[in-house]
Amino acid sequence: MEKKGLFINDVSMRFDLPNGGFVQALQDVSLNILAGEIMTVLGPSGCGKTTFLNIIAGFMAPTGGEVVLNGNSVTGPSQERGMVFQQGALFEWMNVRKNVSFGPRMNNVPKAETEERVDHLLDIVGLSDFKDKAIYELSGGMQQRVALARCLANDPDVILMDEPLGALDALTREKMQGLVLKLWKDTGKTIILITHSVEEALLLGERLLVMAPRPGRIHKEYRLPFAEMGVGADLREVKKADGYADSREEILSMIWDMEEEIMGRTEEDA
Amino acid sequence: MTGLILLLIYVVIFALGFIVVKQVSKRLIKRVDYTALKTVTFGDESAVTADRSASVISIVTLFLLWGAFTGSILTPIHAPPPFIGDTTFEYTAENAEGSRDTATVLVRVFRVGEDVETPEIDPGDGWAKNDAIEIGAWRSKLIKTDGNDEFDKAAGARIVEVDGQPILPGGEVKAADGRVTMTPKGTLNFIPAKGLQMEPIWLPAPEAVWGRFIDIISDGYQNYGLLEHLGYSLFRVIAGFIFGALVGIPLGYAMGLSNWFRGWFDPIVEFMRPVPPLALIPLVIIWAGIGETGKIILLFLAALWIMTIAARAGVSGVQISKVHAAFSLGASPSQIMRHVIVPNSLPEIFTGARVAMGVCWGTVVAAELVAAEVGAGMMIMVASKFQLTDIVIMGIILIGVIGYGIDILMRMAEKRLVPWKGRG
Repeated sequence: MEKKGLFINDVSMRFDLPNGGFVQALQDVSLNILAGEIMTVLGPSGCGKTTFLNIIAGFMAPTGGEVVLNGNSVTGPSQERGMVFQQGALFEWMNVRKNVSFGPRMNNVPKAETEERVDHLLDIVGLSDFKDKAIYELSGGMQQRVALARCLANDPDVILMDEPLGALDALTREKMQGLVLKLWKDTGKTIILITHSVEEALLLGERLLVMAPRPGRIHKEYRLPFAEMGVGADLREVKKADGYADSREEILSMIWDMEEEIMGRTEEDA
Repeated sequence: MTGLILLLIYVVIFALGFIVVKQVSKRLIKRVDYTALKTVTFGDESAVTADRSASVISIVTLFLLWGAFTGSILTPIHAPPPFIGDTTFEYTAENAEGSRDTATVLVRVFRVGEDVETPEIDPGDGWAKNDAIEIGAWRSKLIKTDGNDEFDKAAGARIVEVDGQPILPGGEVKAADGRVTMTPKGTLNFIPAKGLQMEPIWLPAPEAVWGRFIDIISDGYQNYGLLEHLGYSLFRVIAGFIFGALVGIPLGYAMGLSNWFRGWFDPIVEFMRPVPPLALIPLVIIWAGIGETGKIILLFLAALWIMTIAARAGVSGVQISKVHAAFSLGASPSQIMRHVIVPNSLPEIFTGARVAMGVCWGTVVAAELVAAEVGAGMMIMVASKFQLTDIVIMGIILIGVIGYGIDILMRMAEKRLVPWKGRG
């Protein structure tokens, strides 16, 4: 029997440019993510992180290779792969409750069951008192919690997050990181999270993927204990754990070098 | 001249009002709002709000100036009025033999529209006889002074002095309540003092406009009641706008969602957009005449492109991440259309609708000015041909009020129906 999980087999993505050239956004990326794993993806800008996520979500078809989820090839977006965007991408013409119940409503889930699920999820993300508020009345952090709840309401197998906490202030961000870990542990979902923050990648990534640009590819992968430690714990304590500072330094300098190389190359181009 | 004085007075009231209100509010009101706590307000757009007392003074000033310069009963102070009543001047004529004689001209200046009798006068002594004449205020009149004299122009008599001052053909002498000029042919012309007030055929007093408004409400004008005139104009705007929206919004959606539609209609829309609807009036009249059909077609065309472009922008403006999110949540394309694309485009469509209503209202008035049997524009056009300035001004005020009312209604509807506008 095939193993449950997300299998990415030799995925390549090539964008042809109007001037006859092309950009190799991804080259032969292969990766297996088992059900229930949480993986963070780091990399300098232009390394194809977002393209990688869009291909898994099914918004783009890769020019080579394939993505297989639980034995089925991915051919387009589907509710088994939920997505959380940087700016929430909430529907501001609906209130909080309608946003969260959007998926079940579109899939004709019975009303009573939808209501129950929505109430439960809003309780988990701590927005029970804001059910009937309009989206534009909420703060950025609250909006991201609505986005998380909306994604979970459909009970997806995989949750894809594209810098979901990037636009939040430092304090809110830390709280949200705790929430992501809690949701991961409570629901047992597979989570792939793209981030620009090395700290966030270390704290949330059971597995941490560093990508390199031109062509976009996997540079190095780490297995880290901090996500497991962080569940239900104070994240600031986790940062003091053994190995955290070393890993951070190592990854920071790795990305720093890559950025330097890009800058150098751009200067040569110019 | 009057214009310059008006402008000067207006600027003075503007400045005085500013100083007075500033002083009064400094003494009376302790400002505790947020803006008062800012030390930097210059260049801060959020700190600039309309000063309501300035708005009130501005409107009152407009009416006061209007009243003061039209001799209105509503204002206590008036600009100098034109001379009304009887005045005299003397002229001295010289006949062919060099004999001079002086006679008096009695001038009666009256308000145009009021009854007047030519004053009776005693012809007096000497060969030059006294004259009497009536002149409407703000007008002037040639005086045939030699008509009753013993020596007339044909006999070689000519006028040499007015009020004791010498005058030559083309010359001018100031008299008590006006000016006396002499034509190149030697005839006298009297111009009574005009004062600084406006003649009613240029600008009637506010109460005259109000009175005309009351008259027309009860009696109508040009075979139609006032409400019918305005109602027809409004009906045309609403009908044209509804047809424009019914065609334009689906067309805009199609252009926002399909390459083929976008390609097919882009040249047409982009070409028609900069053509002012007013430029279509002649063609629409040729095709559809001056009746309702023609007007509605014109307004349909005025609203159509605006609504098309608004709907297209609404669709194109949807954040792709929202569509992606909806797909990831299991929505079908038709569900996304209904629950994401349509609601997302509503703010743009409302903005377009507000613009379209404004343009339609302007266009309908213009179209009625050109040719119509009934309508607000027709009413003021016909009135202007008969110099009924009070109806023209009343019509302009009503057109403005209705246009403003339409915009306020649209804004209220927008606030109710798309409360998320600008807060996405």
